[in-house]
Amino acid sequence: MTPVEITLDVNGVARTCVVEPRLTLADCLRHELGLTGTHLGCENGVCGACTVLVDGASVRSCLMLAVQAQSARVQTVEGVAGASGRLHPLQEAFRRNHGLQCGYCTPGMLMTALELLAENPTPTEADVRVAISGNLCRCTGYQGIVASILDAAAELHEHMGTRPWDP
Amino acid sequence: MGSVIVDDPVVRRTGATSVGSSILRIEDGPLVVGKGHFLDDIAVPDVLHVAVVRSTVAHATIASIDTSAARSVDGVHAILTLDDLRPVLATPRMPLAASPTGGPNKHTPFVLARDEVAYVGEPVVLVVARSPYIAEDAAAHVAIDYQPLDVVSDPRDGLLPGAPMVRRELTNNVFDDQIVGYGDVTAAFAAAKHIVADELFQHRGLGSPIEGRGVVAQPNVTDGSLRVWSSTQMPNELFNMLVETLGLEDSLVRVTCPDLGGGFGTKYLVYPEELAIPAAALLLGRSLKWVEDRRESFVSAVQERDQFWTLEMAVDADARILGIRGRLVHDQGAYVPRAVTIPYNAARTLLGPYLVPAYELRVVVALSNKVPVATIRGAGYPQGCFAMERMLDLVAVRLGIDRVELRSRNLIPASKMPYTKPLRERSGATIVYDSGDYPATQAEALETADWQHFRARQAEALAAGRYIGIGIANIVKGSGRGPFESGTVRVSASGQVSVFTGAVAMGQGLATALAQIVSDELGVAPDQVRVIAGDTAGAPLGFGGFASRQMVTAGSSVHLAAKAVAAKARRVASHLLEVAEDQLEFRDGSVGVIGGSGSVSLGELARKLRGAPGFAFPAGVEPGLSATINWLTESLTYANAAHVAEVEVDVDLCQVTLRRYVAVHDSGKIVNPMIAKGQVIGGIVHGIGNALFERMGFDETGQPLTTSFAEYLLPTATDLPLFEVSFRESPSTLNPIGVKGIGENGTIPVAAAIASAVEDALSPLGVRLSCTPVTPEALFDAIAAAREAALRQAQDGTHQRL
Amino acid sequence: MKPPPFEYHAPASLDEACALLATLENAKLLAGGQSLMAMLNLRFLYPDHLIDINRIPSLCEITVHPDRLAIGAMVRQRALEVDPNVARTAPIFGETLPLIGHRQTRNRGTIGGSLCQLDPAGELPLLALLHDATVRTVAAGERRRTIPIAQFIGGFMSPTIEPDELVVGVDFPRWPDGHGYAFREHARRHGDFALASAACLLSLGDDGRIMKVAIGVGGIGSVPVRLSGAEAILAGSPGDPVTVEQASRQCADLEALSDVHGHAAYRRSVATALVRRAIAAALDRAAR
Repeated sequence: MTPVEITLDVNGVARTCVVEPRLTLADCLRHELGLTGTHLGCENGVCGACTVLVDGASVRSCLMLAVQAQSARVQTVEGVAGASGRLHPLQEAFRRNHGLQCGYCTPGMLMTALELLAENPTPTEADVRVAISGNLCRCTGYQGIVASILDAAAELHEHMGTRPWDP
Repeated sequence: MGSVIVDDPVVRRTGATSVGSSILRIEDGPLVVGKGHFLDDIAVPDVLHVAVVRSTVAHATIASIDTSAARSVDGVHAILTLDDLRPVLATPRMPLAASPTGGPNKHTPFVLARDEVAYVGEPVVLVVARSPYIAEDAAAHVAIDYQPLDVVSDPRDGLLPGAPMVRRELTNNVFDDQIVGYGDVTAAFAAAKHIVADELFQHRGLGSPIEGRGVVAQPNVTDGSLRVWSSTQMPNELFNMLVETLGLEDSLVRVTCPDLGGGFGTKYLVYPEELAIPAAALLLGRSLKWVEDRRESFVSAVQERDQFWTLEMAVDADARILGIRGRLVHDQGAYVPRAVTIPYNAARTLLGPYLVPAYELRVVVALSNKVPVATIRGAGYPQGCFAMERMLDLVAVRLGIDRVELRSRNLIPASKMPYTKPLRERSGATIVYDSGDYPATQAEALETADWQHFRARQAEALAAGRYIGIGIANIVKGSGRGPFESGTVRVSASGQVSVFTGAVAMGQGLATALAQIVSDELGVAPDQVRVIAGDTAGAPLGFGGFASRQMVTAGSSVHLAAKAVAAKARRVASHLLEVAEDQLEFRDGSVGVIGGSGSVSLGELARKLRGAPGFAFPAGVEPGLSATINWLTESLTYANAAHVAEVEVDVDLCQVTLRRYVAVHDSGKIVNPMIAKGQVIGGIVHGIGNALFERMGFDETGQPLTTSFAEYLLPTATDLPLFEVSFRESPSTLNPIGVKGIGENGTIPVAAAIASAVEDALSPLGVRLSCTPVTPEALFDAIAAAREAALRQAQDGTHQRL
Repeated sequence: MKPPPFEYHAPASLDEACALLATLENAKLLAGGQSLMAMLNLRFLYPDHLIDINRIPSLCEITVHPDRLAIGAMVRQRALEVDPNVARTAPIFGETLPLIGHRQTRNRGTIGGSLCQLDPAGELPLLALLHDATVRTVAAGERRRTIPIAQFIGGFMSPTIEPDELVVGVDFPRWPDGHGYAFREHARRHGDFALASAACLLSLGDDGRIMKVAIGVGGIGSVPVRLSGAEAILAGSPGDPVTVEQASRQCADLEALSDVHGHAAYRRSVATALVRRAIAAALDRAAR
């Protein structure tokens, strides 16, 4: 297998690495780029723990090859808070509403929620449940997660209107 | 369902720190920014990666293992069998876990299989390579010549005369066969006005934490020490086994739990991999990492699986229970890695919060050629509850009595508390339900769920062609299993307050709760308290997380340790400030004069107690501002709960939708209501999985059929209603902080409540449900059978009329 | 669960892709990857070569013609879900797409990939069959083919195409404006593979009777099927409940598979109910 050099934008920073073609995007992020916040729960495309945003769209990074992310804009959980460390309203909301217990599914939930709120700033409870239906959580029973996302939506909507969150 | 979540009101965010308030969790900061430190996040230098070659057949002898092709894969470092590991292993067989006697026996698993495999997934060979990808490549080239042997898949088949043995070393597939009971059941049944009987099939699946298992073993070739990280719920037991099996001195071994991505009982074991990989690390002199993948977890992590019950219940003319008797066959799997508890828990806890004068259950623990069975969240209690509640509903239907009325007549009344059960523990110890009001808990659940108006709504729905139903279940849960959990509280010269405990954090907010307890004693904010859980360097003694015990045991130990530290601090401060001890209070990390300005920080006190050569040491106290307390307990403290489930059944699709779910829980004093509620809800969803979705399938050759999350179904966000959870507080009388366990309680009544509700919904069709999970297929068959029976009855009736 | 080793190719044009497909042994096309990558991770497949066609620009178009909707093979399921032209001309897509997997899988999954995977429970193959769609392929040497969907669906997960053929698009014949449509599916959980699915298109004549009708069932057998018997029963009828019921009963004779999620009798029963509901919903929409 011929290794390939790839360059991708990860959380706003250009990153370059040399990878085997079969290296998944998830493993590339975790082990080549040291961003271990993205987690693996099944490597089968079902649990959603590995969810990241690629060019703004939520994807299962265990089902993408790192080489496919050449020139792509990838956003992981490490890029959600502001550069100064200021938490995104979603992250604050997860804390306030007990939206996490073990924290393993949380990065995937956050990335999925980011996509949802970018498209639908005023989701209903049903909208939120459908949006996270592809993310498995074994700890929370989802109730705290749903409350967190609705809380964050309300806060973003109230304070930001249609402007995106500015870290 | 509405678009607004109705939630509990109290969330104190201002930093007020006391037990009983819902402070935000100290764990969350790193986790929400992806800075958790889970097993696979651990990076040790020069690590090699391990893949495990596992049996692909359920029962066979191993004629040969050919590793030559695997060895030649570029990047492979070593291929290891049991024979290769023997030089560093004291025994080829796992010691019995969590046992006072310890040691391997003829039922414990092998560290690696050698001559025989007894279940699909049994570990046989370790492949060590430069990367996990290469390790998997090489694993595919390991050629194992299996000579098939007869398989016992259904454990009942293994009980028949002439059945093949699950393992060649056995003469009997029965691991244990004994009676649990008390009183005179024969007399009870002779005196009965009514007897109902049923057969129940209960299946529970896996714990399925989203993070699987994993081990990192780092040997130090210079000093012979060994550092092991494992995603485990029993780090001290792993330590014990490593020391025992690898022949290492205590002081050379350290076991550390990383952040755990869930446990749920799946990680409450010492697995063969957890000994094999450290052994391999010692042998090779290299750091090794193994991260379980999801398919491995389905075939080799413990699960609960099948129970076959036959039961009879005898009642008098007033529908009061006179006695219960029956038989339970429990599928144990191929080995017994830990003392068997599930079927005995089920047998004992069937009695629940009800009065049962006589009881006899024969419990047969049967082996099978499947992965071993061990406790998953609930640990046998759900099966006991389901059995009892199904029989109660059967009595209600047969006698035409309201299900609630029946239960009310049989619940242990508040006037009888504390209630000594007629049943004793295996050890002979008495079982006492220490506090709780079972009828009041049930009443509160019924009230919240608006049970009394349901019949009218149900009739309305039926008229519109819709089938809705409601169900109830009541439980007790013994919690706080001893003998102790370790607790150390230490203040350093910097003023840092640290807690060390053998308790294990697996998402349940352990650190926050313990920090709250310490905060109340030492006057520091909880987020200033560092809790180090599950590291044998800080907690050389302990038992870990299981059986809903840690708040009781670790909470009590830490509470007492914090109190002891406070007492010491107060004493020294009194001397330094020249003020009587009762004039002092703890505030903002210092001990200060009440109503005055004089104070000394905890850090200064710690420095004083650290001493300095040549300087006088404070009189009458031991060095160090710390205390270790291992609070001892022999009894369990009993929590209780009542659940009401409302469902709708689409009879064409055989689909059950949960419309509403009410849970009233009494777990004594609640340290953090937000966390406690999260535990209940999370537990309920495990129960919903058991009730409707989770089925670990095997075929008749012992091949697992459900080996991915696409086949083994966990509940998702769209399958669930909002859970209405409320708490009653009957403080425990058995520990210094009045708490009771809660981690598993949400799970226990769920399958029973849902089965009751589905049956209620389908009562016009006369369906009886006696199995879990209630899958669409099971409902389809049940409805078809009920329709057929009704048709036959109608035809018989017609025939008679003619 | 890591993929086995392979050589990776990312052609920038259709010609390049066809040339690779023609010359490489044991090669697999990588489209959305939602099926292929899962199979690679599980090591169900050991391709020597992966040809990634995600960089070919010409395969992502959706074109509305007077008589048909031409959808490029690499159009993402999510794009189909939100495309206003598709919503306008073939509203059944809007009802179907949200049921396919989850948002994350639809962001990457493609219609071409879905058709070539031919999962028995696949919603898009069922829609294609319902519409009597045609599949367009190319191969090296300018070979082009149009394959009627009934021919394309060869058998259980087996599309009838040559090893060196590449699917470039699917044409869906258009139904008249105001036609009735419905897609009904039953799965264990939201987004799961369908245990059974029913799709219906119909248009009414001026007399209010069913002039044209197509009914398809998926998820229960090895391939999606058209219920031609049901279509014959409904054609020319006013769509009264008795006739609808009779049409739905045609499911009783369908081939049905048993697996961990449900046995054959259950699946047929579900299909019957879904067909009944789909026809009723389509009639309701057509009438409006």
